[in-house]
Order: sequence, then structure tokens, then C-alpha cells
Amino acid sequence: MKKTSNAAELQAIAKQMRREIVEMITYAKSGHPGGSLSVVEILVTLFFDVLRHDPANPKWPDRDHFILSKGHAAPVLYTVMAECGYTPKDQLNTLRKLGSIYQGHPDVRFIPALEASTGSLGEGLSIGIGMSLAAKLDQRPSRSYVVLGDGEIQEGQIWESAMFGGDKAVDNLVAIVDYNHIQLDGFVNDILPLDPLPDKWRAFNWHAIEVDGHSIPALQAAFAEAAATKGKPTVIVAHTIKGKGVSFMENNPKFHGTAPTQEEMEKALMELA
Amino acid sequence: METKTKFDLKLGMATREAFGRALVDLGRENKNVVALDADLSKSTYTHFFAKEFPERFVECGIAEANMIAIGAGLASSGKIPFAASFSCFAINKGFEQLRVAVAYPNVNLKVVGTHSGISIGEDGPSQMSIEDLGLACSLPGFTVLSPSDEVCMRALVFAAAAHVGPVFLRAGRPKAAVVHAAGQPFEIGGSVQLTDGRDLTIIAHGLLVAEAIRAQEALEAEGVSARVIDMYSIKPLDKEAISRAAGETRAIVVAEEHLVASGLGVRVSQVVAETHPCPMEFVGIQDTYAESGTPEELMEKYGLLASNIIAASQRVLSRK
Repeated sequence: MKKTSNAAELQAIAKQMRREIVEMITYAKSGHPGGSLSVVEILVTLFFDVLRHDPANPKWPDRDHFILSKGHAAPVLYTVMAECGYTPKDQLNTLRKLGSIYQGHPDVRFIPALEASTGSLGEGLSIGIGMSLAAKLDQRPSRSYVVLGDGEIQEGQIWESAMFGGDKAVDNLVAIVDYNHIQLDGFVNDILPLDPLPDKWRAFNWHAIEVDGHSIPALQAAFAEAAATKGKPTVIVAHTIKGKGVSFMENNPKFHGTAPTQEEMEKALMELA
Repeated sequence: METKTKFDLKLGMATREAFGRALVDLGRENKNVVALDADLSKSTYTHFFAKEFPERFVECGIAEANMIAIGAGLASSGKIPFAASFSCFAINKGFEQLRVAVAYPNVNLKVVGTHSGISIGEDGPSQMSIEDLGLACSLPGFTVLSPSDEVCMRALVFAAAAHVGPVFLRAGRPKAAVVHAAGQPFEIGGSVQLTDGRDLTIIAHGLLVAEAIRAQEALEAEGVSARVIDMYSIKPLDKEAISRAAGETRAIVVAEEHLVASGLGVRVSQVVAETHPCPMEFVGIQDTYAESGTPEELMEKYGLLASNIIAASQRVLSRK
């Protein structure tokens, strides 16, 4: 794979991934488009610019670890891994089909290059802490990056791990919150509000950064700031739009967990042309 | 028979202490071994490990779900983590994480649950683990071990570390009678036949193994020949030993400090049904929670003594 820091090149990959996400979920006839589309720039920036990793050597001990704790956004992870060359691109449209490596939620049994099987919300940050602690014990340069859903952080385990990470100064750990304000039953603010979100993390001794989660240069700067922050872990509160890039999916709770119809897919692909 | 003098059943260490001491020796041998605890290290005996290897000890605070999943992350990065707590907290509060972060991806985490059963005594049911074996056995791919004494525990700590895959190791609070000779080998999926017998077989694990030996000795005095098996490997089971016992003695009593509805007994009965169906009786905790009391009082009230095994043996013999 060819890594790049060029924002225009990264944006082009992001657009291609959005097309693939919409297509694969349409063919699967089920899945989670909204929360996949909201984190495209975050994953593109990580996989094509920030992460130390090698698709030809997925178990490289000095690699960085990426965990999609909000496992229902599996399509975005599958598309970025396929773009990187970890997995076949031509099988993306087998998503959720029997025998497909592209399982409904990320599953290490089918894709050994994955760092964790996720799908039950709230567990990825703890797993990332474990990997970061192992890297420190072995004096490896590996860092862990964990993408969390905003609804996901209503889970109590997140705050167990936040308390631990802040107290133990796990500074080779970065959490990214996809703050798109929508969860399955509706708007986060109507269900169980999170604000003031950065202050909550700061109170747990995290370095908190707020960014526009769709601005690749802003994300690049935030990841650089995280890497330079010693003595505490960093959380990046990424302000995002659920369903970003497809007009009728944006900020629409319906597309949290509903697949587009064939007609909707064609309309979306025209917008993403 | 010489079996009467074979077992002096002298009190040894609690299996939790045997775990803690073995873990230190394991840690000296293998620098990849790490330990995690959730504010109970003085009770689980991981404090021995913490003292000798502070850099390899992770104190998680009272947050078992986080502890289990941190352990999963450590294991995925090549460590051999032992995560310890009271069994009820490790299994029940960590169960979701044991399912999704450990069992399902087949992560190499070792979970140690101390203070199992009701023999913890005065603290009462909130701290008593009577469901742990059923829950642990329900997780696909998990190895589940319940050692009877310090000899067995020590060997199984090393066996658990050598095994690649998730393991649940059950330990008790009170001092446990030593039933095994030093140097007795133990392997995952094995069992130890402690006495031979023709008339029935008593299969037990944990503290009930010593009770089974006491029962066997009393039965022998009445002319009943009982085979006693320490079935320390709850999963995988030594199906061959069970099948042989069922075929040769044609009557089985299973005795355990666990709910009868979901412990070793139901697993043994499945093997018996598949091989040599025969009458069976079950000694264990009925469909209830216990209460505060001394361990001795509780073991008596909830029917977990040699006398209960003797009564079950007589019932099973009458059904032959």
C-alpha cells in the first residue's frame, strides 16, 4: 500500500470508500450505513497516514493497533482494510453472507489481521489498554487507536477503562469518539446526553481534543498532538455527521441500522460520483 | 485394603493460596506471564506476584469488566495474563467480556476465580459463587478446571499457562485437605482415580473430593467398594474415565460445591447417557442461595459432607 499525508489524495480514497460502503450494505440488505459513513475520514487518515502498519505483515510486533469498538460500523473498516490490501476488494459485496470474511461485525476468526472481535459495545477501549500496556512492557513503539461510538460511551465499561487509562497514564492510547449525535432509538440528547463530553474525559485525566471529524487536516493535527502528549492518554472528540456524504442519510436516525434500497443506492452513488 | 491408610487428609493450603504461590514460580520461569486483579489481591493471593513482579501486575481497581477485557488485550499482544478475583465477580461481572472479548475470539486469557462455592462462610450469598462452573462451561472453547488441593492447583496453574486458549481456574477460600501425592501428574482433560471400586463410583471436584474419600472409607467399612475419581477437569471432561466407571461399577454419585442444575453432575450424566446409562445421584447445592454461617455449618446445612455422599451412595445402590 502507498501511504500519503496529502489531504486531497486521502479525500479521494474517502469518497471511494463511501461508495463501497453504500454498495456493500445495499447488497447485504442489512447493516449500519450512518455510523460507517460518519467515520470514513477518521479511518482513512489513520490507515493511510498515521498508523504504523504493514498489510503484507499484519502481525508485525511493532505495529500500531486499531480497534473499531463500535463494531456495527464494520463496513467502513472492511473498505479501508480492502483499500490497504489486507483483504480482497472484489468480495466486499459478500458482506453478511454465509461464508464471507466480511461478517456482520468484525470477527478475527475470519480476518486474522483484525485486532479484536467487536460488536458488543463498550469493550474496545479496555482491549486497547491491554495492548498498550503490553507494548510498554515490551518497550515496543506500538500505539493503540480505538474508535468509539457516541451512544457506545453510555456503557459503564467505557468509564471503567477511562478511569484506568487516565490514572495509569497510558499515553500510547488514543480514543476517538464519533460524536454524530444519533443512536439507534434516536438522538443522543433525547436518550442519554453526553455533554460536556471533553470535560468528562478531562476529569478522568485524559488529554481531550475537539475536531471536525470530516476535516482530514484537522484530524492529522489532532493525531500528531496525541502522539506528542505524554503522561496521559488522548481522546479526540470528533464532531461528525451521521450518514455523511449522502444527503438523505445525513442526520437521519433511520439510517443508523437500515440498508438503502436499490433506488436509494443509485441516488447515493450519484451524489458520491 | 490399604486405601484406609493411604489418605491422611491433612489440611494443606487453600487452593487460592496454592494458586498465588504457583503463579510466582510460573512468573519466574516465563516473563510473559502477567497478573491482573480487581482490588482483591490480598484475598486471591496475587499479591505475592505483585510484590515480586510489580511491573507485570495490573491493579484494575473494582472494575471486573475492564479487567477481563484488558486481559484480553494483553493476551492478544502475546502475554499470558492471569486475571483473578472472587469467582462470583470475575465470572458474573466479567461474563459479557469473557464471552465477546475472550471466548469468541479464542483469546489466551486465564481467569482465576477464588472464594468459590459456599465454603467462604460468613460473607454470605453475594460473595458466593455457585453458578460459575455452569457459566464458564457454557462458553465455547473455554477450559474449566476445579482443583481439589494444593498439589492439583499448582500443577494446573502451569498446565493452564502451557495451554493456548482461555481457561477458568476455580479456587476455594478455606484450607483444603491434601488428597494427592506430591508429583502426581495432572493434565487438562484428565482425572485422577483415587481408589478403585466395584460397586459404585463417586466423582467429585474441589473440596468435595476429600469428602468423597471419607465417604468411600465409611462405605468400605460396610462392605461397599467405591471408586473415587477427582474430576478436576470439568471441561474438557475425561469421558473415557466416566464411561469406564459407568460400565464397570454401574452406579455413579457426583458430588460438588456448586448448583446441581449446572455443574459437573449434568456434564457427567451426559457422558453416562451416551455410553453406559446407569443410576446416578447428585450431591450439590439445590436450587437456592445459601446464607451466612461458618463454612462447616454451611457445608452441613446445604448437604455437602461425606454423610450426604454416603446417603446418595446408598440411594444409588438401591436403584441398581
